[in-house]
Amino acid sequence: MTKEESKNGSDDMLIDGPKQGNVIPDGFNPNYLKVYYGRLFPHADIFKWMSYGNDGRHPACDKSYFGRREFSFTLDNDIYLRFQSFNSESELENSIKEKCPSKIDIGPVYSVDPAKRHAYAQGGDNVFAPVERELIFDIDITDYDDVRYCCSGADVCLECWPLMTVAIKVIDTALRDDFGFDHILWVYSGRRGVHCWVCDGKARRLTNEQRGAIADYFRVYKGNENSNKKVSFPGPLHPFLVRSYTEVLREFFEEKLLLSQNLFSTEERYEKILSMIPDESVTSELRGKWQENRRSSNSKEDINFFRWEQLKNTLQSGKQKVVFVFPLTQKIVKSWIQLQYQPCLSFYGNLTREILEWMLIMNGRKPHLGNQLGFSDHHSCSLC
Amino acid sequence: MEIVRSQRSRTNTPNDSVSTLPLYRYAPQLEVRLEDFEVFAMDRLRVLKGISDALARGKRPEEMENLVRDLWKANMRHPEASEDVNKDIISHFVLRLVYCRTEDLRKWFLSMETALYRYRFLLGSSEAKRALMEEFDLPCKAISRTEFENAKEKLEQVARSFDQPLPTADAIFYKVPFEEVPELVAGRRVYIHKGHAYVAMHQVVSLVVTQFRSNLSKALILTNRKWTSTIREQERDRLTPIVEALSMSYLGPDYSQTKEFGEISIKDLDQLARSSFPLCMRHLFDKLREDHHLKHGGRMQLGLFLKGVGLRMEDALAFWKAEFSQKVGAERFDKEYAYSIRHNYGKEGKRTDYTPYSCQKIISSTPGVGDHHGCPYRHFSEENLRAALGRMGVGSRAMEDVVDKVRNRHYQLACTLTFEAVHSSSCDAGINHPNQYFSDSHKILQPKNNNAA
Repeated sequence: MTKEESKNGSDDMLIDGPKQGNVIPDGFNPNYLKVYYGRLFPHADIFKWMSYGNDGRHPACDKSYFGRREFSFTLDNDIYLRFQSFNSESELENSIKEKCPSKIDIGPVYSVDPAKRHAYAQGGDNVFAPVERELIFDIDITDYDDVRYCCSGADVCLECWPLMTVAIKVIDTALRDDFGFDHILWVYSGRRGVHCWVCDGKARRLTNEQRGAIADYFRVYKGNENSNKKVSFPGPLHPFLVRSYTEVLREFFEEKLLLSQNLFSTEERYEKILSMIPDESVTSELRGKWQENRRSSNSKEDINFFRWEQLKNTLQSGKQKVVFVFPLTQKIVKSWIQLQYQPCLSFYGNLTREILEWMLIMNGRKPHLGNQLGFSDHHSCSLC
Repeated sequence: MEIVRSQRSRTNTPNDSVSTLPLYRYAPQLEVRLEDFEVFAMDRLRVLKGISDALARGKRPEEMENLVRDLWKANMRHPEASEDVNKDIISHFVLRLVYCRTEDLRKWFLSMETALYRYRFLLGSSEAKRALMEEFDLPCKAISRTEFENAKEKLEQVARSFDQPLPTADAIFYKVPFEEVPELVAGRRVYIHKGHAYVAMHQVVSLVVTQFRSNLSKALILTNRKWTSTIREQERDRLTPIVEALSMSYLGPDYSQTKEFGEISIKDLDQLARSSFPLCMRHLFDKLREDHHLKHGGRMQLGLFLKGVGLRMEDALAFWKAEFSQKVGAERFDKEYAYSIRHNYGKEGKRTDYTPYSCQKIISSTPGVGDHHGCPYRHFSEENLRAALGRMGVGSRAMEDVVDKVRNRHYQLACTLTFEAVHSSSCDAGINHPNQYFSDSHKILQPKNNNAA
């Protein structure tokens, strides 16, 4: 979160304003972790969530379930502890408070308690293997670097963050309407993107092949910096693409992105877009018009909007209906139900100055979880 | 299944004869003649091996469909047309016994039977497909008229996106959990809604094949248990030897009855070795010339090959004697080695022992220290193989292809590529037997020789 966003957003918490006498040193201090895990970290909620109803309170629950989940801790000196497992909420809480990890990763649920993994052979009937794992997507703003000019790298601003919002809307709708998932958590990843956690039982039990199929379903951009970046759909589109375009993308593109990013304003910028169109006759026609235009003064209509209209008209007249659907997500990272899992929901202990201020002011009062850590409204723990 | 030795066979028509593609759910309640037990299985094995070769050669789906149809027609027809289905089912179950016994065998059989099923399904009529769908216990339901109307627009969009004809009013769609059809989802080839995919008739093969594969995989494990615990012992005098032989069987001509005996004389051998011997035999031949000796495995492999090539017994004796006497002396040769050569040419030849070895047999042999038999593509180090191929005149481009096949353990394909490189001509059937290599080579070179003469 940038300074602006943390001051403009998150107004739901009541603040009196920073007290005069407190001088908070810049930078990270390991003592803050102790306080964080002692007062802010939602141990009970994490336990409840990861239990998925198997919290031992009703007869039908699987008492071993939570204990079979792997956690990993990254300690201060970059030591990485894998295969941490806990049998109760208090075990989890005590271990975290004692070790004060700078990062916590949540791994899969295995067939047996990870602590006992060495007792099981790698083949045959009795195996130590992952059996459940949330379906996770990871979208980085840097994947959009070739369509945003306001920032680059890990920087984000109000102009380009909407690219993320749009991706979230497209994917979230598909996950619910197309795939029938209900329990979806979108969370800011702490740096430059978002993570999506799909927690339905059906999702947790997906095979690698099925996860790959879902990712491929979303994929429209088949290329990278080294390949030919042609995005074309010669002809009619699949209902998913049609819906994404009509309900989310078209409006966003034409009314926001075009203008805020000045996508057609310079030759360098419009060439990037022209390079995505396979039809040479179309691109040379447009190039001709736009190189001319530079010299003559324009009407009051914004040049970006004007050129976009020209592009659409030229394409449609060329009888080649190319719908310019810009890359949704170039990098969708899937969480595999394998031993080499990707880090997922990570609670960063590196606190920013702003959050510290809140903390001191709060003085023991627990802030509402939803806003502090960016959980969406769909956060739910009573699953499957 | 009851196996009987009688001449007559009594058969019942199984229930699922509507669709000619059986489900292979249960071993049929039939009496089967012992001879049919073996012959049916070998015929089916030919089909499976044909598929295996074609897949290894990277044939496209359209080509595979045609190939399967031809292979099936050529091998699985029964003189009595009504018995076709029985042969199909019986051969499948016999091969289950043969191929359940190790992990590798099971894997191969599963892949080939699944491929066979896929293409036979695709070759069937719409009616047959639909009937089969009913039989399979698939988690899918044909959608109702109302559901179709509601989804019609979306279904049309999908069809248009792939340049397919639009679904007609009576088109059948199946509603299936999306997890069952990952390939279709990945390619956005289906409309999905609330977790269900709407699968068109022509896409249904993917569902059927997945289910078939899964069923067969489980069945093979069970069959293996039964085999190991009871059948193998119970049948040790009757079926077991047949089953064990089947997995090693070579299915082409056995070159035991050479038509052209006497056409090859000793003086031709050196030249023939260079021009028409496959690498395995060339190596043995060269070593024999070099060391004036070969150990038993080599003597058998090369000796029987030469017999298959058409070397007369007298010439064979002279040839081996000329070499061996340089090492062990003429007397010892007569005493210790000549008899086995005569035996190889004996009239009372037992079926398997005295026929020239097939590639399969050679590949599965285990040459030890001092041995030179076996299959060089399998038993040589890459370095030695490259050197040997170089001496045969294989160019660098072809050499890489050959080595690539070897790395993937397709030894016969490697030999086929060598043949093609050396003769500058294609060998579509692939090499399965050293004598086949020789006769194919001879066919190509012979007209040239005649012209030259």
